[in-house]
Amino acid sequence: MSENLLEIDHLTKRFGGVTAVDECSFTVQKGTITALIGPNGSGKTTAFNMITGYLKADSGEIRFNGETIARPRPADLYRRGLSRTFQQARIFPELTVEENLVVAAGYSWRQLFGRRVSEIDRERAKKMLGEFRLEAMAQLPSADLSYGQRKLLEFAAVLMSDPTLVLLDEPTAGVNPVMIDAMEQHIRQRHAAGVTFLIVEHDMQLVMRLCDPVIVLDHGAPIAFGSPDLIQKDTRVLEAYLGS
Amino acid sequence: MKLAITRAGLIRAGVFFLILILVPVVGGPGWLLNTLIFTIMYAALSSSWNLLGGYAGYPSLGHVAFFGIGAYATAIIFTGSVYGGYAPFFVLPLIGIAVALFSIPIGWVSMRTRADVFAIVTITLLFITQTLAFNLKNFTGGAQGKSVAPAPFDVSTYDWPFYYAMLILLAIAMGISLYFRRSKIGLSLATVRADEDKAHGVGVRVTAVKLIAFAVSAGLVAMVGGVWAYYVGFIYPQFAVDPLITIGMVLMAFLGGRGTLWGPVLGAFILVPAQEYFAQAFGASELYLLAYAAVFLVIMLFLPRGILPSISERLKRRRASAAGAARDSANAAPTAIPTSEVKAVR
Repeated sequence: MSENLLEIDHLTKRFGGVTAVDECSFTVQKGTITALIGPNGSGKTTAFNMITGYLKADSGEIRFNGETIARPRPADLYRRGLSRTFQQARIFPELTVEENLVVAAGYSWRQLFGRRVSEIDRERAKKMLGEFRLEAMAQLPSADLSYGQRKLLEFAAVLMSDPTLVLLDEPTAGVNPVMIDAMEQHIRQRHAAGVTFLIVEHDMQLVMRLCDPVIVLDHGAPIAFGSPDLIQKDTRVLEAYLGS
Repeated sequence: MKLAITRAGLIRAGVFFLILILVPVVGGPGWLLNTLIFTIMYAALSSSWNLLGGYAGYPSLGHVAFFGIGAYATAIIFTGSVYGGYAPFFVLPLIGIAVALFSIPIGWVSMRTRADVFAIVTITLLFITQTLAFNLKNFTGGAQGKSVAPAPFDVSTYDWPFYYAMLILLAIAMGISLYFRRSKIGLSLATVRADEDKAHGVGVRVTAVKLIAFAVSAGLVAMVGGVWAYYVGFIYPQFAVDPLITIGMVLMAFLGGRGTLWGPVLGAFILVPAQEYFAQAFGASELYLLAYAAVFLVIMLFLPRGILPSISERLKRRRASAAGAARDSANAAPTAIPTSEVKAVR
């Protein structure tokens, strides 16, 4: 019996006359790599933004770790262990690679007044950079990184707080094949270490070999849920993607 | 960003402050000390503004409101009838702390807006404060102005206490600036400036660091205003809460380099003497305002990041290309990233 880490209940968001997310309900079980797929404009990113507090839902409820999140706020959720990345990797280009990790690691009020990068910070960052093979770049301004490296850095940064659930918004979009493999390896490693993932992704081959279960959204609501094999055979999914 | 306190940095600061400490002792033409007082005053104001406008990326155009509040606080505590002595200087820290605390709710409300909207909201703060200064006649004397206790200093060294008070405030402002850069406050502020929404998303205490920057910045500016009021001796709403002071401190930070330690100081040491010179050359007209506009245009067009960042950028590029050339001539592998060569000079 696996427990639900994230429960989305009748979440709705309208932009003017368009209902981007429509009475959307789904769950993410602990210990899974769940995929959220669907055609363009099906409401995946909007759902992500509501879950992570970047967008206020018109109605519906979000429960994380058994607790109802009445007013989802990004910083608050992040400290509770729910973190995310963005479709266009968002890092802090003026900071060094190391500082990007340090700032995301979280710090107490006391540490806020302490050193910018302490020895302990440096050790923690070094460990993560080692895992992501970015050690050599630790002291570079992160503006110098390639797009793929930025995606890796953003991913590494949100892991610094030891999250329980990570939402990845198109982790491999616009990234070269070598980097896609690297990203997949990192997701698997972290998954093995106990992190749960919810991933929006357009690379279907990756989704099919990495994720289980898969949730398919269309017009802002789930139309299918199940293992990759089931999803691939589902006629509603084919219709949604290809048109009937 | 170079953050360690280097020997070069220590020497630079040491020489800078040593020269300024010695100026009154060595002496010089009569106008020198007076010009320097205003130069150092603007350097302190601009450095304080930089804590918020530079590091946090919240370009306040209303900071002169706090300057005016500090000035009136000094004037009200030490009205014309009371003998002042050194007491107004010793009361400054209290004024600074009081204004810092007072500014927190203002910062909390105004920093719910960003960028240009924030700039406009803070302009409103400026005009509200000026209007209050005109109308709260019982406290401020309104348009008639308010006199501060006459300073009982010896004529030959009359300027000295004001000069050193301003210099100490500049040192404090720069010290806090340096501290911000070297602490997680500065790190957090840098994330706010770069991408505030993302900063929220990685758990940065955004509101707290913004308010710290706002309050410290406002408190310092108020202390400078206090010294100014005591120095000029008689203050009026239109001069104590003068939009030109706001424009001055912002312009100097832009000119020298926002978000740098020395940029605002450099900006002040260029613009204030230049302004004094033009005021002399063109008489007491306000033609120098045209020069202000011209300077601002030139900065925006050619040095959008200010003098210091532009210079360090150029140095960095030159060093990187020199390193690149060296590598090419050595026929080394072209894939290596010149980690050691690329060091920000800021």
